[in-house]
Amino acid sequence: MPAVSKGDGMRGLAVFISDIRNCKSKEAEIKRINKELANIRSKFKGDKALDGYSKKKYVCKLLFIFLLGHDIDFGHMEAVNLLSSNKYTEKQIGYLFISVLVNSNSELIRLINNAIKNDLASRNPTFMCLALHCIANVGSREMGEAFAADIPRILVAGDSMDSVKQSAALCLLRLYKASPDLVPMGEWTARVVHLLNDQHMGVVTAAVSLITCLCKKNPDDFKTCVSLAVSRLSRIVSSASTDLQDYTYYFVPAPWLSVKLLRLLQCYPPPEDAAVKGRLVECLETVLNKAQEPPKSKKVQHSNAKNAILFETISLIIHYDSEPNLLVRACNQLGQFLQHRETNLRYLALESMCTLASSEFSHEAVKTHIDTVINALKTERDVSVRQRAADLLYAMCDRSNAKQIVSEMLRYLETADYAIREEIVLKVAILAEKYAVDYSWYVDTILNLIRIAGDYVSEEVWYRVLQIVTNRDDVQGYAAKTVFEALQAPACHENMVKVGGYILGEFGNLIAGDPRSSPPVQFSLLHSKFHLCSVATRALLLSTYIKFINLFPETKATIQGVLRAGSQLRNADVELQQRAVEYLTLSSVASTDVLATVLEEMPPFPERESSILAKLKRKKGPGAGSALDDSRRDPSSHDINGGVEPTPSTVSTPSPSADLLGLRAAPPPAAPPAPSGAGNLLVDVFSDSPATQPGLGPSPEEAFLSELEPPAPESPMALLADPAPAADPGPEDIGPPIPEADELLNKFVCRNNGVLFENQLLQIGVKSEFRQNLGRMYLFYGNKTSVQFQNFSPTVVHPGDLQTHLAVQTKRVASQVDGGAQVQQVLNIECLRDFLTPPLLSVRFRYGGAPQSLTLKLPVTINKFFQPTEMAAQDFFQRWKQLSLPQQEAQKIFKANHPMDAEVTKAKLLGFGSALLDNVDPNPENFVGAGIIQTKALQVGCLLRLEPNAQAQMYRLTLRTSKEPVSRHLCELLAQQF
Amino acid sequence: MIRFILIQNRAGKTRLAKWYMQFDDDEKQKLIEEVHAVVTVRDAKHTNFVEFRNFKIIYRRYAGLYFCICVDVNDNNLAYLEAIHNFVEVLNEYFHNVCELDLVFNFYKVKENTSSGQTGQSHVFAVP
Repeated sequence: MPAVSKGDGMRGLAVFISDIRNCKSKEAEIKRINKELANIRSKFKGDKALDGYSKKKYVCKLLFIFLLGHDIDFGHMEAVNLLSSNKYTEKQIGYLFISVLVNSNSELIRLINNAIKNDLASRNPTFMCLALHCIANVGSREMGEAFAADIPRILVAGDSMDSVKQSAALCLLRLYKASPDLVPMGEWTARVVHLLNDQHMGVVTAAVSLITCLCKKNPDDFKTCVSLAVSRLSRIVSSASTDLQDYTYYFVPAPWLSVKLLRLLQCYPPPEDAAVKGRLVECLETVLNKAQEPPKSKKVQHSNAKNAILFETISLIIHYDSEPNLLVRACNQLGQFLQHRETNLRYLALESMCTLASSEFSHEAVKTHIDTVINALKTERDVSVRQRAADLLYAMCDRSNAKQIVSEMLRYLETADYAIREEIVLKVAILAEKYAVDYSWYVDTILNLIRIAGDYVSEEVWYRVLQIVTNRDDVQGYAAKTVFEALQAPACHENMVKVGGYILGEFGNLIAGDPRSSPPVQFSLLHSKFHLCSVATRALLLSTYIKFINLFPETKATIQGVLRAGSQLRNADVELQQRAVEYLTLSSVASTDVLATVLEEMPPFPERESSILAKLKRKKGPGAGSALDDSRRDPSSHDINGGVEPTPSTVSTPSPSADLLGLRAAPPPAAPPAPSGAGNLLVDVFSDSPATQPGLGPSPEEAFLSELEPPAPESPMALLADPAPAADPGPEDIGPPIPEADELLNKFVCRNNGVLFENQLLQIGVKSEFRQNLGRMYLFYGNKTSVQFQNFSPTVVHPGDLQTHLAVQTKRVASQVDGGAQVQQVLNIECLRDFLTPPLLSVRFRYGGAPQSLTLKLPVTINKFFQPTEMAAQDFFQRWKQLSLPQQEAQKIFKANHPMDAEVTKAKLLGFGSALLDNVDPNPENFVGAGIIQTKALQVGCLLRLEPNAQAQMYRLTLRTSKEPVSRHLCELLAQQF
Repeated sequence: MIRFILIQNRAGKTRLAKWYMQFDDDEKQKLIEEVHAVVTVRDAKHTNFVEFRNFKIIYRRYAGLYFCICVDVNDNNLAYLEAIHNFVEVLNEYFHNVCELDLVFNFYKVKENTSSGQTGQSHVFAVP
């Protein structure tokens, strides 16, 4: 047993700890502990009053038992008693016990408040410090409520001792972090800033920590700290290594304080005052100069402390990003570290250079180190260093070195650690796309990626290559040829089969002229992979086959044979079976013309943000790598990617005309609800809506099937011919909308669900969801009477040429509605172009023999297709200025019809569909929003600003969009809402 | 900002744990195990920094003990690395050639010494 080194040791405690350590088993340990607990309990209960020493010893034993993981249910009162002792060692144990146990027993807090108050008021600096440490250690809200108001006073009091000030600053910091609202700002804040001038370095250090935290919320209140911090820093940096005595660490003066001061300065922009700025630049230069001086000690502690300051200095230089000279010097310094023998320094240099690479001043300087970085990628032993090297290569990549960097990263990928492969794959894919001069290089790179690291090539990556090949006809032939060759490898990754299958299905004809890749050869090559692939890939290949039938009629018989095989038609997997059945029927029923239309080449994808980039951002963003946060996914990213990716389902309905099939043709009444071509997009939107349960099943393929069956007698429409819903009566057949239709419509501008109409007979409820340019609406018709409605027929009518702007596909509903019953009608909506007038909903039925008819406006307004857009103030103003033509702006000044409540207004604007942007408008009363209206043909960017004037009870609303009628229309719609 | 400090031996026994964030007991135990798993597999040629969830761990090994500080990703690595060393020097001074058992038998002193170390001050570790 080691000797206890200081005089206040407790022999009984040491014996007890030794006993526990000597226990051979868990049972023995528990036995010993129980014996001790019984002993302590009897001592505490005994008649004899315990002296301070014994109390301290027993409380300490209890604490030890607690730390071993056992519950303690007594002894708290004895610990609280220790707090009022006048002996430091006893008081200290009391506070320690409370700090450790307080989480499990918050009733303790009330008991100790008094003791803490006494110690804070005691003027004994040691006791005050103990009390402050206890408050900080507990750090709970209750502590904040009890003491937050007192601590600032102690901190700035002229007569507080240095050690007390130091503890008070740290204590306040802790409370502020736990509950900022409890720490009152006030005149003390100005005096805290002046603690930066304090004689005592410990006080300065504690104060800097506190100010760095406080100034983030209230930068203006603390801005005087900049010049004080600069002068303090300057004094430290220029001091000799012996000046600061206690605060010199291995010949480096006050390293931690220097680092903290440099971090504080990073909370602010460069100083405006020329003298302060000059002094600061001088400091930064001195630090950079010192890095070149020979070390004063060979100890690693010396160089670490010195370099801690250096790296923080470089961070500040990068933060300012305004001194080209310093940036380049920083870069050169880091360049030296890249080859340092200390792994730590190489790691930090790579990390720091990554940020330097993004500055325009130092980007070129960073690029000169490319060979060293590539070497690091190849030779570093520590995976985290290699990872930093890969990050840096990615950051320094531009058009001039892209080919070199991409090929190095590809080479590295072959041996890379599994943990970072996926990220490297993403990076290579992004760089290859971003800097592709010729797209054949891009295609080669991605196929290489799949070859080398197929398992790590996520869907986004291979979707993206398909998008690019589809959109660029100059590369399609090359892509077809390359995938054909790649597929000839005996073992090829399944992702390669997917890409190959898709590309050959679209562009196989471009290489069919060569006898080595004639249609039958292409087909048998693909089909040779078929049986080894997963269900998803096989489904994709089936789609390729049906496309082959269209591209190469000579393969039809072979492919039909494959589709007809029992292994397909009776496949256990419903998706495969369905595709086989549908494709087989399609190929035998449809004429060549129909086939050619249905299986036309995919149209170009709309250009959006690369889905891979979004994925990388998601990986790197908050939550990356955290087990806790894995479930947190950015919902908006789904929006970005959702519309672009050619998922297997859209592959099977590949052309716009296939969409026509799905969207516009009224299916026979018995068929399941007709899905739209974008059914897969919408399914997840609606999956939480119970009303949709029965209709959720069908995938786009079913549409094929239902279309191909002989049309039922009630819908004598052609399969493809007429884009207008056949069941629609002409507009002349229906009456004008009821007088209150506009008012009813207005209720739905900012919301999607509610009661659209109600009278004595009928109630119509609406539930709708919109995403991008698509929407689905459920109408619920409730019969309020006890009599059956007959010939019930609700229809949607497009007045004027609306049908070229908005496609609404309806489903028939049962023509009888029983008394008290409700029927539901599903509407699939697609916005083709911007539109001003809503479609009409005409409801006709017979009630007790009398014909009833009703025409309403369907609550579909252009703002439903809003996609909110977040942007920074700067971007907003830039776009606002770009839309400055008089016809792009619409403005309305109007009186408030409802009470002017900011929260209600916010909710309405969000319901309207635009994003609400905070901190953009200099006047916090105003609302600023931005969004994009998604239509099939075009996108309209919209910016809006709403300025309430509470005194006049007026609003001014300004809309700016790229299309004049849209500005006016949105302005009118929105103005009705307030 | 420091999120937590852990001192563990090679077997994973915790000799000191100091938390500056609210965690419940299960979460603490999980963190202790994860840190141990992450740190003990690294060798002397590796850096003293490991990414850890959304934070990073700065650690240094002294004989059989790992001293680990978990901090925010943008915190200064070297400053915290030297803070560890400074702390060890203080312990060494106080216990005259500190060893693991000193920390076991004098747990109540070590606890107190670190109680205000929340922002890595140069002298907060000074023994009263």
